Amino acid sequence: MQHLAIFPILLPMLAAVFMLLPPLSGTINRQRFFAVSVMLLLVIASTLLLLTSHQEGTQIYVLGGWQPPFGITLVADRLSTMMVLLTSVLGLGAQLYACAGDDNNGMYFHPLFMFQIMGINGAFLTGDIFNLFVFFEVLLIASYALLIHGGGKQKTKVNVHYVILNLVGSSIFLFALGILYGTIGSLNIADMASKVALLDSDHQALVKTGGLLLLVVFGLKAALLPLHFWLPKTYAAASAPVAALFAIMTKVGVYSILRIHTTIFGADAGALANIAEPWLWPLAFLTLLMGAIGVLASPSLRLTAANLVIVSVGTLMLAIAMQREAATSAVLYYMIHTTLITGALFLIADLIGKQRGKAEDRYVIARNMHHEKTIGIAFFIAALTVVGMPPLSGFVGKILILQAAEGMTEIAWVWPVVLLAGLASLVALSRAGTTIFWRSTGEVNDDVSISPLKFIAVALLLSASPLLVIFGGAVTDFTDLAAAQLHSSTALIETALPGGQQ
Amino acid sequence: MEAIYAFCVGVLTTCGFFLVLRGRTFTVVIGLTLLSYAVNLFLFASGRLQLDGAAVLGQSAEYSDPLPQALVLTAIVIGFAMTAFVVILAMRSRADQGNDHVDGQIPERSKKLSTSNKRNG
Repeated sequence: MQHLAIFPILLPMLAAVFMLLPPLSGTINRQRFFAVSVMLLLVIASTLLLLTSHQEGTQIYVLGGWQPPFGITLVADRLSTMMVLLTSVLGLGAQLYACAGDDNNGMYFHPLFMFQIMGINGAFLTGDIFNLFVFFEVLLIASYALLIHGGGKQKTKVNVHYVILNLVGSSIFLFALGILYGTIGSLNIADMASKVALLDSDHQALVKTGGLLLLVVFGLKAALLPLHFWLPKTYAAASAPVAALFAIMTKVGVYSILRIHTTIFGADAGALANIAEPWLWPLAFLTLLMGAIGVLASPSLRLTAANLVIVSVGTLMLAIAMQREAATSAVLYYMIHTTLITGALFLIADLIGKQRGKAEDRYVIARNMHHEKTIGIAFFIAALTVVGMPPLSGFVGKILILQAAEGMTEIAWVWPVVLLAGLASLVALSRAGTTIFWRSTGEVNDDVSISPLKFIAVALLLSASPLLVIFGGAVTDFTDLAAAQLHSSTALIETALPGGQQ
Repeated sequence: MEAIYAFCVGVLTTCGFFLVLRGRTFTVVIGLTLLSYAVNLFLFASGRLQLDGAAVLGQSAEYSDPLPQALVLTAIVIGFAMTAFVVILAMRSRADQGNDHVDGQIPERSKKLSTSNKRNG
């Protein structure tokens, strides 16, 4: 299929437009049915795309037939197709959960959700750095509206912060793009990678500024240390399915850092090789530490989950800072695991919050929950996975990252910090579990019913954890190949540019 | 020409960042607008400044780079949409919180300052 590469962008866009038109726009039930079927289609399309790209090599889709480096291209290599599949699966889980009632708190939930998926998929697939900016804006404007969906004082307050920060971020992104275009003379990622090593020495400082400005922007999206203050409150205020979907938003930032700072400013960039590395090391450590402190200090499960996002970003950044193939492969494995499980944790926090009356998901003594056992088991699995206990995927992910550090001088820092952050999560989550499930007033809240759809959604996301372990060999083989592909920018230049090196 | 142009972009950016760091949503929105103007001018300049250069080949002896102009167009459209959104959001925030501070509440210190100013003035 020649056009398969653009399906993950086209499908949600068309679906969103159709849902705004008469036969679907009036009734929420039709929208739900339509949205879930489109999402299933999207999962199938992304799987097909991943398999095609894995077996037949990187798929290049040239929009409008304008040959690169002049036109806009979509590049579906192993890394981007993996991220697209991850988005679709997470989106399906979040959407199933939303269909149980959260989508009816305001209008246009499903179209906005689809636009958000379109933006995220576009950001992963694009091979052009200005196009990356455009898709960032698409996903951001959908996320602004989704975040405030349902309304409320708290949501408005965090949304003001979120929107203003991201608008400043977009301006910085454009400044960086202007600098890079003015010096390198191209916006195609493959083309930039081939030209950056050949720059004059008087342009190098400017390009370095541009590259580091991009790091600031992506750091803001990924919630890297000095730019992470918006995240905990924003994620805790968002409605559960939106927070679950937002679990992939920080990963868009992580992905962009991987893509730009490994492909363009990677080992082959001559004088500009690895410009982000000296910044990433300290920031990643501090992010991890701050996240661990935040996890310990959180008064409610949703805030704990939000701080766990920061911990996972810190762990990922540490591995990215190592700048070696084994570490990148570990990053990819850990990214699949952490995105799906954090998403599930947000959903579980909402399930708990809805069952405990006024206490919601805060760590205080409250009434018993009605579905205590089912929710308890789900929480237990999610907590074990997040902390990184042996049988589940968190353990494998952490082992891979720790192993990747072997033979580096930084290992003396990496091991203790990662393990201490794990310990902090363990302490916080065990405290959360004991308070929520074991310390109760004894009365039972039995007037709250939970739609089975919600359990299906949580089970879908949680099932990723055992599956990632059972098929661990296949997944790590794939991530190894994806990391190798990402680190060899010459291979990308040969496939993405006709005529190769210019 | 380049010096004046660079000076303008610099002044706009400085003013934009200063206003974004203020506490009230109105000044922040103005700041964001100034920033987006600065960015648009900056992007335009990334194709080098040139007089009498056509963007289409064959129209004149000298031609200028058409890509930055396309980028600026995209940036203007997106910036305009975002500004519209942030204005509505600021109004909604004013209605929900009862004041126009970005944090939803006016800090104690500035409250005291404003009352003492009133007393003195």
